[in-house]
Amino acid sequence: MKRFAKTATAATLGAALIVTAAWAESHSDKALEDAVKARHAQMQLVSYHMGVLGATAKGEIPFDSAMVDAAAQNIAAMAGLSRATLWLEGSEQGFVEGSRAKTEIWSDAAGFGAKFEDMQTASRALAGAQDAAAVGAGMGALGQSCKACHETYRGPKN
Amino acid sequence: MRCSVKFLLLGAAAVAGTGWLLTAPAAMPVEVAQSHTADPVNGALVFTAAGCASCHAAPDAQDKTVLAGGHALESPFGTFYAPNISSGPEGIGGWSLPEFSHALRAGVSPEGRHYYPAFPFTSYAGMHETDIADLYAYMRTLPSDPSASRPHDVGFPFNIRRGIGLWKQLYLDPTPVLTGDLDAEQLRGQYLVEHLAHCGECHTPRDGLGGLERDAWLTGAPNPSGKGRIPDITPASLGWSKAELVEYFTSGFTPEYDSVGGSMAAVVENLAQLPESDRAAIAAYLLRLP
Repeated sequence: MKRFAKTATAATLGAALIVTAAWAESHSDKALEDAVKARHAQMQLVSYHMGVLGATAKGEIPFDSAMVDAAAQNIAAMAGLSRATLWLEGSEQGFVEGSRAKTEIWSDAAGFGAKFEDMQTASRALAGAQDAAAVGAGMGALGQSCKACHETYRGPKN
Repeated sequence: MRCSVKFLLLGAAAVAGTGWLLTAPAAMPVEVAQSHTADPVNGALVFTAAGCASCHAAPDAQDKTVLAGGHALESPFGTFYAPNISSGPEGIGGWSLPEFSHALRAGVSPEGRHYYPAFPFTSYAGMHETDIADLYAYMRTLPSDPSASRPHDVGFPFNIRRGIGLWKQLYLDPTPVLTGDLDAEQLRGQYLVEHLAHCGECHTPRDGLGGLERDAWLTGAPNPSGKGRIPDITPASLGWSKAELVEYFTSGFTPEYDSVGGSMAAVVENLAQLPESDRAAIAAYLLRLP
């Protein structure tokens, strides 16, 4: 009986090791780190363009419809990036340095994807704004989409 | 020999008696906000500033005024579930104003049991009686909900509620944290930050017993329910101007056009509904911090 227990334990441990190794090998540490960096670059591009829109809405820079449309279109492009290369499973907060991704991104992939669609819709709606006030109103809706996604899928700062 | 046994027994009884007294819930006030005419409109503002719905509305509820409870608060001591505080019998429908006030300011239920400090009575302890009366009047206008409150998932020894009495002796302190000369705006901000909006509950580190470290006020803390940290919001660390703070409380955008997220998203949703002067007051208080 004791012998059987030992064998069973060893077999379980062995199986666990194999499973862990297979999981760890699915994406290398470097690939996960690179994906996190690429996502941060994506977010940086979004916040840069939000800055252009925000400065326009507040009157800090003169209203320029070409710049507003370009900013809105670039944000829409960021929202439309394919998530397959960027959101690698295993690149969540606590496992990859700098990551703030919550595991809900993978356990609720459909919900996560829907947030990007909301972001794309809101940023496309902003293109064609006729004055600073319209930019401000459009930013309100766009900001809601940022907030809604970050509320559910992003952890606090590290 | 007999004498020393007697002495020991007497000593043990004295310790037990003192312990019983120290852990006893505070006595309920008889009158609250006497001769004040309750104003449910101000009560709604208090409700929003205090963030009641953020924890007491059911998770994912569309209508945030149905206070069915169920929101989970994870902590090193166990998981706490916000109870039903709707206007029905499962909630606070049968409560008197003194009972309601006692729950908020002393953390004691109408049955005389201690609440766990997951409910931020340590902050609400400094609420004005008139605000409590207004909040009471407002909450009676909200819908009732039949859901039963979910029991907390807390292990030994934290499941002994009487022990919270000792904890309160150590940590229940309604005196102001920020002292010195504050102007009217900063004082309003202090009331909002230290009491109603209970900012310190997440942004201030806690000691081993879960008490707030008041000398490290709002300097940030580990996230109690997961990874990462709740940020330091003292001016030296944050470095935001008053206008930038007010913008964040209104739109949720940081000066770098990052957006609010996590548990703070619900807080900003609440702050955005307050009068602009209250958001400015919170900013003025934060900028006055050491």
